[in-house]
Amino acid sequence: MRPSGRKGRVDVSTLPANASAHEHGDGAGGKGHDAGHDHAHPPFLAHHFESPAQQFDSAKLGMWLFLATEVLFFGGLFVAYAVLRNRFPEVFSYASHYLDTIMGGINTAVLILSSLTMALAVRYAQTGKKTAMLVCLWLTFGGAVGFMVIKYFEYEHKIHAHLVWGSTFYTPPHDAAGRAEAEALKQPLQPAPAIVITDPTVPALPMLAVTPPVDQPAIKPATQAPSGLASTAAIAKAEGLQTGESTVGDHPSLHLEDKTMPANTHLFFAIYYAMTGLHGVHVVIGGGMLLWLIWRGMRGDFGPQYFTPVDIGGLYWHVVDLVWIFLFPLFYLIH
Amino acid sequence: MSHATHTQGGSHGAHDSHDSHGGEVHPLVGHLVPVSLLVGTGLTLLVLTIITVVVRYIDLGEFNIHIAIGIAVIKASLVVLFFMHLRWDRPFNLLMFVACVLLVVLMMSFTVMDSKQYEHLEFKGNPPTVQTTLERAAPGAPVARFTQYAP
Repeated sequence: MRPSGRKGRVDVSTLPANASAHEHGDGAGGKGHDAGHDHAHPPFLAHHFESPAQQFDSAKLGMWLFLATEVLFFGGLFVAYAVLRNRFPEVFSYASHYLDTIMGGINTAVLILSSLTMALAVRYAQTGKKTAMLVCLWLTFGGAVGFMVIKYFEYEHKIHAHLVWGSTFYTPPHDAAGRAEAEALKQPLQPAPAIVITDPTVPALPMLAVTPPVDQPAIKPATQAPSGLASTAAIAKAEGLQTGESTVGDHPSLHLEDKTMPANTHLFFAIYYAMTGLHGVHVVIGGGMLLWLIWRGMRGDFGPQYFTPVDIGGLYWHVVDLVWIFLFPLFYLIH
Repeated sequence: MSHATHTQGGSHGAHDSHDSHGGEVHPLVGHLVPVSLLVGTGLTLLVLTIITVVVRYIDLGEFNIHIAIGIAVIKASLVVLFFMHLRWDRPFNLLMFVACVLLVVLMMSFTVMDSKQYEHLEFKGNPPTVQTTLERAAPGAPVARFTQYAP
C-alpha cells in the first residue's frame, strides 16, 4: 500500500463496505492530500476511479454488459435450434437417444458443483481467507477439466461412429467393421431375386412390397431398405434402439442399420456440435481464466478490499453453467 | 476542492450495504452471501437436475418440453440471483440482463412464427436431387419419401 496521508485509510479491511464513501463524504477536502495529486489511493484503485466502490461497480457493469452479449451470442444458436426442432420434431426425438444421458447428467452435476465452488471462492476472497479461496478456485478448475474430459469421451465416441454433421453421418466408419458394413450396405442395392416369393402359403410382406403413395405424410420414412429387405439382426438392433438405450453405442454405426431413422437426422448433430462446441470453447476459456485467478490469488492480490477479478471471473463461469443448464434438457432429455 | 465536492455528489453511500453477518471481515464493496445460502442453492440445483432427468422418462406429450424448459428457467434464475449476486446487485445490471434474455425470446418467437408460416411450402424428406447425391456419396442415408408441398 502506498504511503498515505491519512491514518484510517491504510487498513481498509476492517472498515464497513461504505466506509470510503463515508470518508469522502465528511470532508475529503484538504488535509492529508498530496499537493497536486489525487487522493491517497490504495494500490488496486485505478487512477481514473474515484473510489473502490465506483471501480467495483464499473467493473461489474462492464461484465454484465459482456454477459448480455454472450446471451445474444448463444441466443442466435438457440433460435436456430428452435427452428430446426419445429421443423423436424421427429429427428430430435429420435436422435436424442444417441446422446448419453448419464454422461450428460454427470457433466451437469460437475458444472453445478464447480459453480458452487466458484461462488464460495468469491466469498472467501471477500472475507480474506486466501487458502480457502485458492482451494475453491482449484476445485472449480478441476470442474472445468472434468467437464472437458467427459465431453471428450462423448465426442470421441460419436465421431468414431460418424454421428456427426454433413454427409459423413451417412458413411460407415473407416475401420475394419465399418468397411465390412459399407460392403454390406452396398450389397442389397443389386437386384434381389430372393424377394420373389414362390411359396403361396407364405404371407407376402406388404410393407416391403407396396410402394407408399407419394402424398402420404413422410414423417417416418425409409421403411424400405435399399433392396427391400433389412437383415433380421439389423431390425432387432433398430428395435432395441427404440425400446431401450442399452444397445446404443454397442455398435460403431448403429444408425446406418436402423431403417426407421428419419431423414435429415444429421441436422440434429450439426446443431448439437455447434452449441455444445461453442459452450466447450467457453469452458476452456473459463479454465484459462481460473488459472489466471489462481496465479493472482497465490500472489496475494485479493482480499476484502479488492476481489473484483474473482467476482467478475465468477460471473463468467456462472454463465457457462447457465448455458449448459439449457443445453442439457434441450439435447439430452427429449422424450 | 472541486473533486471533494464531486465525491460528495457521487452516491456511493447508496451502494448496497447489508452487512449484518456478524463477526466477520467485511468486504470493502459488494455483497457477502452466506455459505449456507450458497450450498443450499447448489443442492437445490442438483435436486432440480435429478427431477428434470426423471421427467424425461415420463410421457407427458407436449408438456415434456414445457416442464424441461420451466425447470431450466428456475435453475437459471437460482444461479443468476444467488451465485451471481444479482439479488443484491445494482438493479441496472438486472435490467440489462433480463432485457437481453427477453430480446432472445422475442427473436425466437418471431423466427419460429415466421418459419411456421412457410411450413406448407417446405420439403419433407430429401428432395430427389439430394437423395440421388446421398445414395451415391453416402450409401447409408435413409431413402426418404419426399412430399413436394401440401396444398
